[in-house]
Amino acid sequence: MSTSITLPDQQTATLPKRSYLNSEYGLKSWLLTFDHKRIAILYLITTSFFFTIGGSAAALIRLNLLTPGGELVAADTYNKLFSIHGIIMVFFFLVPIAPAVLGNFLIPIMIGARDVAFPRINLLSWYLFVAGGCFELYAIIWGGMDTGWTFTTPLSTHYVNTHVIAAALGIFVAGFSSILTGVNFIVTIHRLRAPGMTWFRLPLFIWSYYATSFIFVLATPVIAIALALIVLERFTGIGVFDPAKGGDPLLFQHLFWFYSHPAVYVMILPGMGVMSEVIACFSRKRVFGYTAVAFSSVAIGVFSFFVWAHHMFIMGISNYSALVFSLMTMLVAVPSAIKIFNWSATMFKGSISFDTPMLYSFSFIGLFTIGGMTGIMLASLGMDIHLTETFFVVAHFHYVMVGGMVSAVMAGLHFWWPKITGRMYPENLGRLSAAILFLGFNLTFFPQFIVGYLGMPRRYHAYPPDFQVLNVLSTAGASVLAIGYLMPAIYLLWSLKYGKVAGANPWNAPGLEWQIQSPPLTENFVETPIVDFEAYDFEWLANQTKSEVQTIG
Amino acid sequence: MDSQTVIVPQSHAELEHEHSPHLHHHFANMGQQREASNFGMWLFLLTEIMFFGGMFTAYLIYRNWYYPAFVAGSHYMKMWAGTLNTVVLICSSFTMAMGVYSAEMRNRKNLIRYLSLTLILGFVFLGIKAYEWHNEWVEHHVPGLNFSINDFTHVDARYPTDKPLKVDMAEKTQIYFSLYFLLTGVHALHMVVGVSIIIFLIFTAWGGAYTTGHMNLIENFGLYWHFVDIVWIFLFPLLYLISRHQ
Amino acid sequence: MSETHFEHTVNPSEPTHHSHTVVSPKVYALVFGALLVFTALTVYASGVELGVFNAVVALIIAVIKGTLVVLFFMHIKYSSKLVKLTICSGFFTLIVLLALTCTDYISRAWGLW
Repeated sequence: MSTSITLPDQQTATLPKRSYLNSEYGLKSWLLTFDHKRIAILYLITTSFFFTIGGSAAALIRLNLLTPGGELVAADTYNKLFSIHGIIMVFFFLVPIAPAVLGNFLIPIMIGARDVAFPRINLLSWYLFVAGGCFELYAIIWGGMDTGWTFTTPLSTHYVNTHVIAAALGIFVAGFSSILTGVNFIVTIHRLRAPGMTWFRLPLFIWSYYATSFIFVLATPVIAIALALIVLERFTGIGVFDPAKGGDPLLFQHLFWFYSHPAVYVMILPGMGVMSEVIACFSRKRVFGYTAVAFSSVAIGVFSFFVWAHHMFIMGISNYSALVFSLMTMLVAVPSAIKIFNWSATMFKGSISFDTPMLYSFSFIGLFTIGGMTGIMLASLGMDIHLTETFFVVAHFHYVMVGGMVSAVMAGLHFWWPKITGRMYPENLGRLSAAILFLGFNLTFFPQFIVGYLGMPRRYHAYPPDFQVLNVLSTAGASVLAIGYLMPAIYLLWSLKYGKVAGANPWNAPGLEWQIQSPPLTENFVETPIVDFEAYDFEWLANQTKSEVQTIG
Repeated sequence: MDSQTVIVPQSHAELEHEHSPHLHHHFANMGQQREASNFGMWLFLLTEIMFFGGMFTAYLIYRNWYYPAFVAGSHYMKMWAGTLNTVVLICSSFTMAMGVYSAEMRNRKNLIRYLSLTLILGFVFLGIKAYEWHNEWVEHHVPGLNFSINDFTHVDARYPTDKPLKVDMAEKTQIYFSLYFLLTGVHALHMVVGVSIIIFLIFTAWGGAYTTGHMNLIENFGLYWHFVDIVWIFLFPLLYLISRHQ
Repeated sequence: MSETHFEHTVNPSEPTHHSHTVVSPKVYALVFGALLVFTALTVYASGVELGVFNAVVALIIAVIKGTLVVLFFMHIKYSSKLVKLTICSGFFTLIVLLALTCTDYISRAWGLW
């Protein structure tokens, strides 16, 4: 299989003498760092930790669904399991992982800056994230909560006596982490670009993260107030969501989904940014339609604010309002589709190599498209009445989130691993894992489309026996999927010590981050770079000589 | 309105001064740093707009649903307290703006004077608010704790032409008061944070921190303080002035 | 736009040298006076029977007061386009929240199909 990896001669190659990893030693130098790259690593460790927790909950869910009677866990426990799975995966894994890990590490380097605009606030972001996570862990360990990650009122305010307040507060605190990260990125991208780095020379990765950051800033406060109101209502009984006192439970949902819908775009946009970078590199071709992709990112960000009530079609909103939101939802799919077309056009007549990041990208394009199209099915009101609250919805969002976003995260992690660590992961294992992930994922979630269409409701611990075969297939797939995640965890860690030395640019990729040593210096660049080339300029790259790579030591 | 702006010529050395002790080294110069921190502060204020926005949404919905209850509830607000508080906050915005001006003019004594005035006005606001809240408690208007609809099912002596509410609508006054406490409570929380920061600023200003050309913090805090004032400018008519003519 | 050390490349991140404008106390005093006048006006207007327009008038006056504070006390009149655009985007999002939520509440009572 063709590969585009060029590594330095392993007999003589060594990691650079000075880098951000060895500039200081000791736990304190990590916990009190202002270096955006170290903060990214801190986030990587914590989000991976939360991923295992959320994943364990998922494993228990799938195990319980092996039998129609749901005998593994009690109904109440099942409710807690899917609630924990949802909260942890959404708020403590998917929302932070791409922005806080890849974004923190790469944004300053890609724009030619030394650090983000507010490094101390960056560290504060991480501590807020950890604090929120601790609240959440407390809520889980002390008994969990069982309202689902959506905290639907009046269930969450009046009818359960689980740890709703603690769980809500955990998300509230973690939300501030997102807000500060968003503020940091917006100011960084506006103000810290290197000389010559105009808006339209930026890598498309930056455009995606820019749109993501605006969603962070504008949407997160609304879920903050929604959750604060839940806490107040449980605590004092003020009645703002209580029909008996004149409140409207739907008001909570309006506020909750006003954030949570743009949040899903927060989860996917960075992945799309990664796709632009990876696909261009492994097709040896500039991204087709740069302007279209750039503006599509912004359009997705803006339109994402207009569609939230499509999560509430059956909840009691007016049909007329539902019409409006249904139309908007159809429209928001357009920019995403534009991107898919552009990436496909990028690959057309490109020189494609099948390295691990590219395999994950293929995974993304296929699975995200399926997820997206099933989203359109759900957007049409008539279909939604049949499909909502069934496993069809579950399959839809797992296709976009796991099939789409997690594939993109894996692609990005593998693509930039040599830059982050200076070491290459074992390529063949990487390809194998990508294939296992794709197979496992489809085996897990495709049956859920079918079983959902046939009417199996979500969030029920038991189901009619007719659905058992499909559920067993799904659980089997989940085991394969777990292997697909376990393998990279193992070999990536292994590569830290035993991986081949990667050199500055093992992929021969364009972009400022590949012009510096791997791992980078703390200050990223020896001298402020002057940018006089366009993004994805492979001709410019070919003319660069070796001496222009800044390697110290 | 004539702007009468004064252009303070910043010496070239100052603008490009890369060795200012205040320069963070990921910035090229102080000008870039100042603009970045100003922009960052505005972005933070955007989040505050959306945070209060959620509460305003709740207010909008329930005022439309239970207008008579909102009118009745609003009649029990003390006009003098609300108006005085509005005036107090407007004055504090003025003194804060003058404080920023003093910092720009490198006038340490004036800066401290204006900051202190702003602080005092902030305390006055909080004091009046505390008095009002205490009053609500005494009158049994605290939702969830000691709420009673008695006042609303009987004729209000100050508005004798108003019909008293029927019981089901009278019960909705609890929603009005919930929103009242929520909105003014969150606002007061922001005031408390603001007041605490002013105390810190006064201490550091005493040591000359903001009158040597590096006044980012005063400027950015000023933005926060004005924002809190603007929120109150909207809260005042929405809570106190619902249909006072009746 | 800005002088840089590099003759042929524009540094897009250099601060816009529109100069750090200092607003004079006279302006502040005028705005302060205006705010007090509008406060008196809104209190007076609330006592006049205008029906549904009471709320409209009150909000318009509040918006005017808020705009004065934003423009002059918060220096937006003298700020860059970027900051102006940022504030507009914030208010736009707020309007979207209020307006689209209202599409639900306003139309709930309309005829069921």
